[in-house]
Amino acid sequence: MATWPEKPTYISSHHTRIDGPLKVTGAAKYPSDVQPEGWLYGMVLRSKWAAAKVTKINLDPALKVPGIKAVALAPAISERQKTGADITLRYYGDEIAGVAGTSKQACLDALKAIQIEATELPYVVREEDAKEDDAPRVWADTPNLSKPNGRETGEVDKAFGECAAVVEGLYTTQVQIHNPLETHGNTVSWTDEGITCWASTQGITSVHDGLAGSLGVPASQVRVISEFMGGGFGAKFGQGVEGNLAALLSKQAKAPVRIFLTRFDQALAVGNRPSSFQKIKLGAKEDGMLHAFEFDNYGTAGIGGAADGGGGGSGVGLRAPYIYVVPNTRVKQAVVNINAGSGRSFRAPSCPPSSFGMEAVMDDLAVKLNMDPVEFRLKNDTRTPGWDIRQKQYKIGVEKFGWKEKYKKPGSSPGIVKTGVGCAGSAWAGGGRGTRAEAEIHPDGSVEIRCGTQDLGTGTKTYIAMIAADVFGLKPQDILVRIGDTRFPPSGGSGGSSTSPSVSPAILDTCTKALKALQDQTGVADARGENWKGACKKLGVNPLTTQGQWQQGLSNQNTGGVQFAEVEVDTETGFVKVKKVLVVQDGGLILNRLTCESQLNGGVIMGIGYALYEERVMDRHSGVMLNPNFETYKITGLADVPEIEIVFFDMPERGVIGIGEPSTVPTAAAIGNAVANALGVRVNSIPITPQRVLAALGKDKLSIA
Amino acid sequence: MSESSSKDGFSVSRRSFLKTFGTSAAVAATAQVQAVADELDKVNKEKIVGPEAVPITLQVNGKPIKLTVEPRVTLLDALRNMTPLTGNKEVCDRATCGACSMFVDDKLVYSCSLLAIEAQGKKITTIEGIGQPGNLSKVQEAFVEQDALMCGYCTPGFVMSVTALLRKTPKPTEADVRHACSGNLCRCGTYPRILQAALKAAGVTKTSKTEVISYGNVA
Repeated sequence: MATWPEKPTYISSHHTRIDGPLKVTGAAKYPSDVQPEGWLYGMVLRSKWAAAKVTKINLDPALKVPGIKAVALAPAISERQKTGADITLRYYGDEIAGVAGTSKQACLDALKAIQIEATELPYVVREEDAKEDDAPRVWADTPNLSKPNGRETGEVDKAFGECAAVVEGLYTTQVQIHNPLETHGNTVSWTDEGITCWASTQGITSVHDGLAGSLGVPASQVRVISEFMGGGFGAKFGQGVEGNLAALLSKQAKAPVRIFLTRFDQALAVGNRPSSFQKIKLGAKEDGMLHAFEFDNYGTAGIGGAADGGGGGSGVGLRAPYIYVVPNTRVKQAVVNINAGSGRSFRAPSCPPSSFGMEAVMDDLAVKLNMDPVEFRLKNDTRTPGWDIRQKQYKIGVEKFGWKEKYKKPGSSPGIVKTGVGCAGSAWAGGGRGTRAEAEIHPDGSVEIRCGTQDLGTGTKTYIAMIAADVFGLKPQDILVRIGDTRFPPSGGSGGSSTSPSVSPAILDTCTKALKALQDQTGVADARGENWKGACKKLGVNPLTTQGQWQQGLSNQNTGGVQFAEVEVDTETGFVKVKKVLVVQDGGLILNRLTCESQLNGGVIMGIGYALYEERVMDRHSGVMLNPNFETYKITGLADVPEIEIVFFDMPERGVIGIGEPSTVPTAAAIGNAVANALGVRVNSIPITPQRVLAALGKDKLSIA
Repeated sequence: MSESSSKDGFSVSRRSFLKTFGTSAAVAATAQVQAVADELDKVNKEKIVGPEAVPITLQVNGKPIKLTVEPRVTLLDALRNMTPLTGNKEVCDRATCGACSMFVDDKLVYSCSLLAIEAQGKKITTIEGIGQPGNLSKVQEAFVEQDALMCGYCTPGFVMSVTALLRKTPKPTEADVRHACSGNLCRCGTYPRILQAALKAAGVTKTSKTEVISYGNVA
C-alpha cells in the first residue's frame, strides 16, 4: 500500500500559496475577467412576478437596441413555447431570456425593451403560510407541504415518561445565501468546432457534462476552463441557466459571450441554504443519559431543488439527533415549497441547522439536569463517527478555553452587558476518491503537473506543488501546476470536503511513478534533488509523461471537531458581540498548515454570519426578496471578527482529510449556546438579531412601541 | 452633489441633479429662487454630453487610455470591460464591498460609483499599478506571506484599503486596520490574516494563536 513520505520537507509545513502573487496583484485571470477576441457582454431577464402565467413574449425590440447582437429565451421557456404548453414563472427572479451586446449598457437597455405580458398568479413566499391547506400552490398538481418522511426506534412516548428531565421547543434557522464574491457565471464561446467555457465553478467536469448534455454537443467538443474562481460554497457545480444562455447567445452572435450574474440576481436565483423549523423534544434519565427524542421539522428549498438546472441537492432534511444516539427516537421531516429561488447544497449541507437545533436542546437539558454542558456531551457523544476524537477534543478545549472558570450558571453574569460561553461538536463524513493526474518531466528539468481539479481558494494548487516537490526533491516553486481544464486527467467536483482526500493521493502516486519512470529510463539510481537536472538531461529530446491515480490508504473520511465560543450581549440594545472562538479540529495529515488554518478561520467566520447576521427576507405582500444585496443582507466583516484560536489535532496516520465544511458546522450552535448562557433565556432562532434578543428578554414590545 | 468638474468642463452629476430636482427645489425654497436660478444658468453654460458615447482619456497607472464611453458608464465598467485591467473586481456594484477600490488622485474610491467621464484629468491607480508578480509592494508581499487571501476575489480591494491606510498611518493599531477595512467584504473569511498582513506590512508582528497537538499524546 502507498504511504506518505516519512520525513517530508514541504508536506505538513507552512507554505505560502504559489498563486498568491498573481492574486494580490490582480494578474490572476478569473472566468469573469477573460476577454476572448470579440467577446460580448450578456445579461439575463428575470421574472418581476412572484408567480405568473406568461401570455406574450416579444424579444424583437431588444434586437433593435444599438449594440445588441443576440437575444435568446431561457431553454425551459422556449421548450414550452414550442409545444404550446403554459409558461409559468414561479418566483421573483425566475429566468426568462438572455441578451448579449457590445456593452453592459446596451444589455440593460435591451432587458427593458423586451416585452413580456403575463397574468399574475397567487403566490406564497413564507414557509408558515405555504403549508396551510388553502395556500396558493407553487406547483399546481402537488401540495406545497410534502408527505413527511419518518422513522422511529424504541418506544418514544413511554420513554419520555421515564425521563428525569425533558426539554422541548421550536428552533428555527433561516435561508442563507451563498454569496461567493465572484457571482455565478461563465464566459462561453460556441463555434463550429465546439464549446469553450470559462466557468466560475466547483466542478469543471459537471459543467462540461452539463453543457454537452443540455445543448446536445458531443462531449469531445466541449472544453471547460477554470484556472481561478472567486469562491464557491456548494452552489457552483452546474453551468446553470445562465451558462446555457451564454452558450446559445454565443452561437447566435458568433462571438464569445460573458454572463456573470449581478449581485442582485445571484441572491435570487442560484441557490441557498434551506430554512428549518425544528420542533424538538429531548429527555434524559437521572444519570444524564439521553433517553427519548422527538423531532418534527420542515423547511423550504424554494420552488424545489431540481427545478433550476443548477444541480445540487437542497438539504432540507436534517440530521437528527445529529451526532448523538438516543435509544427511543421519532423523527418526522417535510419539505414545503414556496415561490422563491431553489435551495442548493451549501457548505456542509444540513449540518449547521441540525447542529444549531440539537446542541441548543442539549444545553438546555444539561441546565435542567444541573450538569455541565461539556460533561453532558462527553457522556452522550459516544457512538457516531468521530466520537472518540471529539471526546479528546472537548478535554483539550476545556483546558485551552478556560471553560471551568468561564462557565457560570445561565444568566448569572452581572451588569447590562452580559458574558456567556457555549460549545458544540461537529462531524463530517468527507472523503474523496477517483482523481487522476499526470506529470510531464522535460529534458531541461522543468516539471508540469496536470490535474482536472479546481482551486476554490482552498490552496489545491499549492499542495500539489508541495507534494511533487517532496517526491522529486525539488522546491514547490520549481513545479508548474496546471489545473482547471477538462483537457487534463479528470478529478471531480470540489464538494463535500472531498478535494484534498481525492487529489493529494493521485498527485503522490503520479509523482512516485514519474520518478520511477525517470530513473528506469535514464538509469540514474536516485534522480532526486541535486541529481534531478542531470537525470532529466538523459531523457534526450522527448519529455517523459506519466499518469497516476488515487490510491487507497493515503486519505480518509469522518472528521471530528469541537468549538467553544465566548460572547457579550448587551441586554439594552440586544447586540451580540463574539469575543472569542476556540476551534479544536481533527485535521488528519495536514498538507499545508498555513492554508488549512485559513480555511478553519473561514468556516468560523461564515458561521458567525449564520449565527448573527445573514437571512433572506421575503415580503409576503409583494412576493419579492427584500435584501438581495450586501447592505441589507449582512455578511461578517473584519470589525465583527473575534479572536480565533485553533488547535489542530495532528493525526498523520489517518491520511489526508478535508476540513472546509466541518469548520463551519458547530459555530452558530456554540454562539447560540453562549448567548443563552449569558442571558439565562434561549434565543430559539438564528440569526440572533438584537430584536430577537430583546424579544427573548421580554423587552421587544417596549423597544418597538 | 460635488462641485468638481473635469478640465473638459463635464459636470454630469450636478447637471442631472438639477435637471431632475431643480424646478421643484426652486418652487419649494422660495427664498433661494435666485440662487437656484443662478446655479442653473451656470450649469447650462457647461458643455452637455451624452447620452451617446463620448471620447475620453483616462490616466491609469501613469499611462493615458483613450476610450469612447457613454456618460453613464462607471470607471469600473470602463476599465474592466474595455481594457485588460480586470484586477479590480465587480462584486456588489453599489459601493458596499470595496472590491473595486482604486486610487483617484491619491484618494481611495469605489470605482463602481464614479463615472468614467468624471475620472478624466485625474491620476487613477488600479491594483495593477500597485505592484506586479515579481515586483510586489510591501503590502502585497505581506498578504502573500500571511496568507491573507483565499479565493482572491476580494483581495485587490483589501490590498488597496491597506495601502491607503499605511500611506496615512504608517504604524497602525489593530483598531486602525479594522476601521480602514470596514468598507471591504470577504466571503472566504480571510479577515484575521488580513489584519496580520496589514500589521506586518507596517513592521508589527501579530501571529495566529494556533497550535498543533499530536493526537497520540492526548490522554
